[in-house]
Amino acid sequence: MSERPHSQPNKPDHRRLLIKLGFAVLGMFGFAFALVPLYDVFCDITGLNGRTSDVAAVYDGPTIDTSRKVTIEFIARTQGEMPWGFKPTVKRMSVHPGEMHMAEFEVHNLTGRPMVGQAVPSVSPGTLATYLHKTECFCFNQQPLAPGETKALPLRFFIDTDFPEGMTTITLSYTLFDITDTEAGIAASQAAASR
Amino acid sequence: MSSVAEPVDGHEHHHGPATGLKRWLFTTNHKDIGSLYLWFSFAMFLVGGAMAMVIRAELFQPGLQLVDPNFFNQMTTVHGLIMVFGAVMPAFTGLANWMIPMMIGAPDMALPRMNNWSFWILPFAFSMLLFSLFTEGGGPNFGWTFYAPLSTTYSPESTALFVFAVHIMGISSIMGAINVVVTIVNMRAPGMTWMKLPLFVWTWLITAFLLIAVMPVLAGAVTMVLTDKYFGTSFFDAAGGGDPVMFQHIFWFFGHPEVYIMILPAFGVVSAIIPAFSRKPLFGYASMVYATASIAILSFLVWAHHMFTTGMPLFGQLFFMYCTMLIAVPTGVKVFNWVATMWRGALTFEVPMLFAVAFVILFTIGGFSGLMLAITPVDFQYHDTYFVVAHFHYVLVTGAVFSIMAAVYYWLPKWTGHMYDEGLGKMHFWCSLISVNVLFFPMHFLGLAGMPRRIPDYALQFADINQIVSIGGFAFGLSQLIFLWLVIKCVRGGEAAAAKPWEGSEGLEWTVPSPAPYHTFTTPPEVK
Repeated sequence: MSERPHSQPNKPDHRRLLIKLGFAVLGMFGFAFALVPLYDVFCDITGLNGRTSDVAAVYDGPTIDTSRKVTIEFIARTQGEMPWGFKPTVKRMSVHPGEMHMAEFEVHNLTGRPMVGQAVPSVSPGTLATYLHKTECFCFNQQPLAPGETKALPLRFFIDTDFPEGMTTITLSYTLFDITDTEAGIAASQAAASR
Repeated sequence: MSSVAEPVDGHEHHHGPATGLKRWLFTTNHKDIGSLYLWFSFAMFLVGGAMAMVIRAELFQPGLQLVDPNFFNQMTTVHGLIMVFGAVMPAFTGLANWMIPMMIGAPDMALPRMNNWSFWILPFAFSMLLFSLFTEGGGPNFGWTFYAPLSTTYSPESTALFVFAVHIMGISSIMGAINVVVTIVNMRAPGMTWMKLPLFVWTWLITAFLLIAVMPVLAGAVTMVLTDKYFGTSFFDAAGGGDPVMFQHIFWFFGHPEVYIMILPAFGVVSAIIPAFSRKPLFGYASMVYATASIAILSFLVWAHHMFTTGMPLFGQLFFMYCTMLIAVPTGVKVFNWVATMWRGALTFEVPMLFAVAFVILFTIGGFSGLMLAITPVDFQYHDTYFVVAHFHYVLVTGAVFSIMAAVYYWLPKWTGHMYDEGLGKMHFWCSLISVNVLFFPMHFLGLAGMPRRIPDYALQFADINQIVSIGGFAFGLSQLIFLWLVIKCVRGGEAAAAKPWEGSEGLEWTVPSPAPYHTFTTPPEVK
């Protein structure tokens, strides 16, 4: 409470509060950017948003749950008006949890110019995303394609043996983005050319 | 504040206002700056209102008549930005500048030079925003919520202007908020203890903390949009590993507290006016303070109710649904207290009271439609329809804007020294009240019937109601010209106002003469 007369405002007093509030403002500005990694961590832990990990999983052994099967569906689409063909070679697989499998996606550059694509995965229902482990995925890299080139893109995966009982189907969807003109895209096409 | 020593002979050295344009450019006087804020916000209210007229004219009948869709989108976007950041927020800051020092018995705001700055950067921000409408490719057209990728991948080249304008608005609000906090914490008159503060001061203190907490987050969000669009980052770009849904999380982490920033000071205004015209002290003062604080805290836990349709896990939907509904409890406490204050009071209905009572009723309607929107399963139907438009216009126009008008009528005698024209004021009130309901109430039905928001054209079955809504819109717009005329008339003259023109009003601001002298409380009053 202010017992001093305020007609002679105590300047340092203002300054102390001012500094505290200034730090609060800076802190909250930083917090906005901290939300970016926090959001990723939160999504990784909870599988919120259907995100899958973007690092290769390690296949940890031969424990295969043969007592049940899980259906995995594949969806592939291109984003916007990207002129590429993109489809899974098999649309649906029935797998035992713990069993290693491979699926292939066919990608086709329909244009007459070299382009670079980047596939972004999403799992539905999102809460099952943490039970899908990919040991190898084309989505970990950029995909440069020559004009008219067709390529089969591999995906190796297994379903976690802890996959919840009662759930039978999981859908893995890939969206292919045109990143030809982005920095990552230019780097990928240069690397492909020098190979 | 001049550092010139007071003359030793004891004669009061007169610091009158400077004259001419310089008075307003260089002023550090809280009353001058308050007036600048209020006039600026009224100008912005008319500019944003003109854009609403364009929107309603286009929607008067189905099909595309007056403007092309891209310009229509710019109108909805800039209308929202101007009304939120240019009209409602500066109006409350203006009221804070004028009233808080007088209410707590302080001679001025704590940081008068910063106060000058926080006002004078605003005209630049809004000039920049309005200027962007005339650039090639047009101004911002992605909605005031500027969702990525609309504001990044698909936005016009003028987006940088939008970003910098929002930065400046944010800096202005933050400086204003810091000033309010420092003033209230450090400059209260002796004896003005926390629980004696007028509720307007309390609600503004809490609002200022909300501003300090979330305006920097908005600044962060627009900065990320800027770097995504111009510098190749991928905060919100899925192809580069970002996530467009994250934009919505960051935006609404700011956005939901923001809506309380626009309504908490309104609660303070109404809590001053209703007791004055009921001639009774406010019912449940302490519960009002706690309810305001609870609303502010809860406002940080409900942001994702704007995002129910983005595909959240069930737990998330339930959490945000229940937290949102919980806000109805402290809000209900407030409405109950206002009604209980009026109960068996000696009521009179001068214009400030009329607006305050209309606020209580109509804001509550907006609160109820908010509760409907909080119910996740039905939100799937209401999302992005005119029901949402109806909801937030009830809380912002008949809520925030009506409270600002109530405040202007209530304190205008104190500011100008003249009584306003009661007849003209009543005409303004009834025209506004009727037209605003013709304007916004039928929007509920449009939304329930499935009319989407932000679309310049619509299906034929919505034609009749849209016509009624547009007529209400034009009438509401014209009604505000009565208000403009009334204020100008009151500034220029009228019946002299007493120091305390309202019989039942309480507070230190009524102990100084009307009009309030340029400097008040240079010696602090004793608060018992």
